[in-house]
Amino acid sequence: MSASSLAGEAKPTFAAAPWRERAEEALIPPLVALLVALICGDLLILSYGQSPAAVYRLLLEGTWGNAYGFGQVLYKATTLSFTGLAVSFGLRAGLFNIGGESQLAAGGFAAALMGLVLPAGTPLFFALLICMIAAGAAGGVVGSVPAYLKTRFGAHEVIVTIMLNFIVLALLNWFIAGHLHVPETLHTPEIHAGVLPRLADIDSRFHGSAANLALIVAVLIATAVWFYLFRTRGGYDLRAVGLQPQAAEYGGISVNRVWMRALTFSGAIAGMGGINYVLGYKHYYEDGFASGAGFLGIAVALVGRNHPFGVIIAAFFFATLSQGGLAIHAFVPKQMMDVLQGVVIIAVATAVPEVRRILRGARGRSDA
Amino acid sequence: MSETPAIRMEGIDKSFGAVRANRGASLEVMPGEIHALVGENGAGKSTLMRMLGGLMKPDAGHVEVFGRDVTGWSTGDAIAAGIGIVHQHFMLVPTLSVAENLVLGCEPKTQGVVLDYARASEDVRKLSSETGLVIAPERLISDLSVGEAQRVEILKVLFRGARILVLDEPTAVLSPPEVRELWAVLRRLRDKGDTIVLITHRLDEVVEISSAITVMRAGQTVARVKTSETTPAEIARLMVGREVSLSAGKRVQPSGRTGSQPNQGLEVRNLSVVGSRGIRVIDDVSFSVKPGEILGIAGVEGNGQTELIEALAGLRSTSAGEILIDGVDITRRSVAQRHEAGLSHIPEDRLRRALILEYTVANNLILGVQKYFSSNGVIDRDRVKENAARAITSFDIRPPNALLAARALSGGNQQKVVVAREMGRGFSVLLASQPTRGVDVGAIEFIHQQLLTARAQGKAILLVSAELNEVLALSDRIAVMYRGKFATVLPSAEASEDVLGEYMIGTKKGSAA
Repeated sequence: MSASSLAGEAKPTFAAAPWRERAEEALIPPLVALLVALICGDLLILSYGQSPAAVYRLLLEGTWGNAYGFGQVLYKATTLSFTGLAVSFGLRAGLFNIGGESQLAAGGFAAALMGLVLPAGTPLFFALLICMIAAGAAGGVVGSVPAYLKTRFGAHEVIVTIMLNFIVLALLNWFIAGHLHVPETLHTPEIHAGVLPRLADIDSRFHGSAANLALIVAVLIATAVWFYLFRTRGGYDLRAVGLQPQAAEYGGISVNRVWMRALTFSGAIAGMGGINYVLGYKHYYEDGFASGAGFLGIAVALVGRNHPFGVIIAAFFFATLSQGGLAIHAFVPKQMMDVLQGVVIIAVATAVPEVRRILRGARGRSDA
Repeated sequence: MSETPAIRMEGIDKSFGAVRANRGASLEVMPGEIHALVGENGAGKSTLMRMLGGLMKPDAGHVEVFGRDVTGWSTGDAIAAGIGIVHQHFMLVPTLSVAENLVLGCEPKTQGVVLDYARASEDVRKLSSETGLVIAPERLISDLSVGEAQRVEILKVLFRGARILVLDEPTAVLSPPEVRELWAVLRRLRDKGDTIVLITHRLDEVVEISSAITVMRAGQTVARVKTSETTPAEIARLMVGREVSLSAGKRVQPSGRTGSQPNQGLEVRNLSVVGSRGIRVIDDVSFSVKPGEILGIAGVEGNGQTELIEALAGLRSTSAGEILIDGVDITRRSVAQRHEAGLSHIPEDRLRRALILEYTVANNLILGVQKYFSSNGVIDRDRVKENAARAITSFDIRPPNALLAARALSGGNQQKVVVAREMGRGFSVLLASQPTRGVDVGAIEFIHQQLLTARAQGKAILLVSAELNEVLALSDRIAVMYRGKFATVLPSAEASEDVLGEYMIGTKKGSAA
């Protein structure tokens, strides 16, 4: 090859960016966002006539400081991990899945149905598997609707997923209220099979908290998502589509097929999150259990920088804020935590490059 | 030197993270001269000009304009002081008229409210006749040719009172007659006393138009010479730091061209493509490229070359006609299926199509062939690494780190990644679209050699290039595209810049053989 005339000087290397550089790149934006939120929190607390130090100490004591509070953080982080993973999976393909709430609800409902249908005494592993498949399938179906409308007709997934939230939640409400509820309530009867062991069953100090085996499932799903995104051809294609759809198309990747797959799987992941409440906590499906978890999943995905393990960490962070709000309620209104969550999300949306890129991409502007 | 320089930049340092774009760079431009600023891609020319235009502040060094220290000024200051930068990519509003674009941001208004359109048009007409940049003020930008749009860009900076004009690769999109017109305009402006800095890759242009030359290499200014005292070969040597052959090299004679192989190359029959506005952007085009042949397509940009390549590559749907590779009809096949049929493609838009900028070099080297680098759906990372090591060595990709993001590479090295990938897979037909655009002299030479080697191996190559020299030097036959048709197809022996130029602007029409 004529290439030899120029070659020979360069020894190929495989030097990834230094660990420190990557860590900084990944962590600084969320940490800055957190700092900004803390400052805003200080001002809010001060304006309420309380001492920030005291309130924050209370917040930590009420969450990580005792077994019950920590158990509640674990429980809340579990659902948020599922919805956060769902949102980040879509974002990796360049899609904004705002429908986490209805996908989660549909998944929880499907899991409850299976738990009711399966006979009592079904082995746990088997029951869990069936319930999860059902939950994933239900969430996947809800997720595939915007995917189909986008790839077939070009409908924007943000609009469709938001609207589907209303439709799916209303349908579930109608179904529960009309057909399946225990009188005087808005929930189904208790399931016969698939009840997950709670943390309190292992360590009695966690008594009363809802933390359960679903957390392990969430971590396993996160690992699977990581493997899919970064080790498989499907993940290669999916990220390529998310980064540069035109280049993906040039590389022989069917952008529509990837979008279809990404939103369907995204919905399935959110749907599987339903097991945390239904199998792990209440053992029935209750109308409105998913309320807010889908939207908070967006924040979790953003703060977690769309990395499966980052999402888990971010889920713990938001779960802490949410549980902490209850702990400090005696001193400042717990709505303060909602304000802080909002501030974190806005700060992250401003600081995180992925978000800027996606927004830029959404506006269709080229970037030389 | 008694005269105060129009621009004096000295000891300029500018870093972006670990990358040092300028290292003690300097530039001195005298008033009323046409000064060429040359250098390979990534040599730091644009960075230097951005600091002159106030878009960036230098880390060290100082900038003087007409003797006044203006280091670290803002874009507003720069414009007020008469610096006008004409960017490579036009910044015009396509739905507005020429006059509206020119007055954008400083519109004349009646009673301070309503746009005084008549006065805007009058101002434009006046400026037009003073400079020789003739253009009707009421025409819409979207109706203009590329050359005309560029005239509007130049008028725009002059309208804002620019006395120092910086033009970034202005001829990249122009046909030879348009280039000659541009030169005439620049000379007229110079004679009027304006100062012009011309950033360019093309050494023939430098010699033709400039009176002084500053050469940059690796962020530093390596020479400042009078044009009359140098030669293109010397400038090229200064740019690259070693001897470069300026012609595309000797023709490698095709081996085994005598039809012993089953390959039939590329055949296109009566192809038509309808563009976004319902117009036929490719209009009933037929041609073939035989194995061991390079068919060059010349033409002013926007005459259907992009659409033709995209249609052949499967990235744009066709409205009529057939495309065959080695006798197999691929007209209705997907991009992936075309790859398998033996099609390879170096796209013209490197940054959006050819590379995924956030992916590593190693991952970019498997784009389009990722299927062959995975088993049971899992990417085989060892083979991806092996493949990257091979490509980096044989194509001299720098820096030679396979895990670097493609974004971090210079334009020339990014293009080497693309060429390495497209040449590295089994193929019989290669579409090479602007294969050396924005690539430095050293890499151009290398890419040309690669194309000639592929030709010698019996590949059929369709080459589209805005560089007439490139088309002339590499092609066996040359087609000229004009308004979606082949205006002519000539053996390269019968083609010359002048002959092609007439077909390119449509003054001469031939039969598309």
